[in-house]
Amino acid sequence: MLQNDMVESSPLRDPKINFAYLDERTKRMIRRAILKAVAIPGYQVPFGSREMPLPYGWGTGGIQVTASIIGESDVLKVIDQGSDDTVNAVNIRRFFQRTTGVEVTTDTTAASIIQTRHRIPETPLREGQVIVYQVPVPEPMQRLEPREEETRKLHALQEYGLMHVNLFEDLAHYGHISSTYDYPVLVNGRYIMSPSPIPKFDNPKMHLNPALQLFGAGREKRIYAVPPYTTVESLGFEDHPFEVQRWQSVCELCGSNESFLDEVIMDDQGKKMFVCSDSDYCSKRQVTP
Amino acid sequence: MMDFDAKPPLMRVQGLSCAYGSRTVVRDISFDLWPGEVLAIVGESGSGKTTLLNAVAARHTPSAGQVSFDLRDHGLQEIYGMSEAQRRMLARTDWGFVHQNAADGLRMNVSAGANVSERLMALGQRHYGQLREQAIDWLERVEISPSRIDDRPNTFSGGMRQRLQIARNLITQPRLVFMDEPTSGLDVSVQAKLLDMMRTLTRQMNLAAIIVTHDLAVARLLAQRMMVMQNGEAVETGLTDQVLDDPQHPYTQLLVSSVLQP
Repeated sequence: MLQNDMVESSPLRDPKINFAYLDERTKRMIRRAILKAVAIPGYQVPFGSREMPLPYGWGTGGIQVTASIIGESDVLKVIDQGSDDTVNAVNIRRFFQRTTGVEVTTDTTAASIIQTRHRIPETPLREGQVIVYQVPVPEPMQRLEPREEETRKLHALQEYGLMHVNLFEDLAHYGHISSTYDYPVLVNGRYIMSPSPIPKFDNPKMHLNPALQLFGAGREKRIYAVPPYTTVESLGFEDHPFEVQRWQSVCELCGSNESFLDEVIMDDQGKKMFVCSDSDYCSKRQVTP
Repeated sequence: MMDFDAKPPLMRVQGLSCAYGSRTVVRDISFDLWPGEVLAIVGESGSGKTTLLNAVAARHTPSAGQVSFDLRDHGLQEIYGMSEAQRRMLARTDWGFVHQNAADGLRMNVSAGANVSERLMALGQRHYGQLREQAIDWLERVEISPSRIDDRPNTFSGGMRQRLQIARNLITQPRLVFMDEPTSGLDVSVQAKLLDMMRTLTRQMNLAAIIVTHDLAVARLLAQRMMVMQNGEAVETGLTDQVLDDPQHPYTQLLVSSVLQP
């Protein structure tokens, strides 16, 4: 009869599937990992990642985190590259509609949980909101030190010289730091963390953010977190400090000159236009510029 | 005669033994190493030289005995009694380790400049311009053209790689360097150049070194003192010239008489 109540309150929900797909024990296990992650900002907590009904690389880590924290009163927004209507976002949103029946939205301010791939919304987040990142590679030092046992030791002993070797290489070869996404950050003055493949344009938004930021890596079986109002510092050199990218143009749809712009090819002649990657932000500005 | 009693030795090894399972490969080795002194450990393959070197360099936990090092601010300290963090800190500041195969001691996929300045970045230096200046200075000191600073070590010759490895280790001004067969695998003229450079650097920096080698000429050129090992035991120790010119132990006599004279 409990089931009947739920069906009544949410017509889209499939009553044959447990709320939010995962079984309750799994959710509890993931919540424990999340609690530990929040207690140690930036530290990668191992967890027993489950097989999900979609392939690795499509956001299985983020989905498991969202599934463990979502409740019936939550309002969910899912974005992929800033947009609410790309394949990954549409599929994950429909997955949660079907398994939880919660209200979904594209409005950043109305959402209580935002699951994201590769962007942080332009609209500033507020207290009480949770943003869940999908993470392909949680270990920021993996490229230079492939041994996981060793990277864990480097984190434990705070031996982070390696990260600057990476930046040094960029400067030596290109004269500037060429990494533009997944730009490593120092969380709470302690752990170096991969911010997931968000553009470095979004890095400053993580710093002292009032929302809770959770990161889930399904294939690598790691969860980490940045609690509200935690310092997040992007790495750099004193004479080559961290900088975000800037554009020569403004968004051709809403005219914004402060958002992250996507370059869109318009025809076979190479005609192109720049538009906001955050579709919600852009469409709201078009209504009330 | 110098008064050695006034200051503690840089490193003191007492009763060191190493075993792999039930097989003991290094048995009861003791020696003191003084600041600026170069000690050569010679012996045939399998005599336990490299195991001994790894044990005193905190890379292989010995089965018995003590290794103490004179820390800059704490005096003589047992290295296996320190925390792992302290030990690793020591290994990348006051010590250096030069591998036989340069690829083991270098990052082959990052530039020479980054290889040389990695230790400084690990110590918290965050000024790119200054890091690069120091890297150039050290490349010049090991006779690598500064124009190669942005090239990767896999484009370098064997001799250059070995010199790059030395620069990478010496940039933090260590007081002790461990070397495992640093010249083997190089042709003789490159060997001579490398030995000459190492002799200059150890003198200039008052650098102590423990060099494992099977090449008696290397020991003669670089080391003030040497230790001859056979089957895991030190069969003879003494001043290099003394040991090589007047060997006492039968094995040392055999070793010295086996060297070909061109």
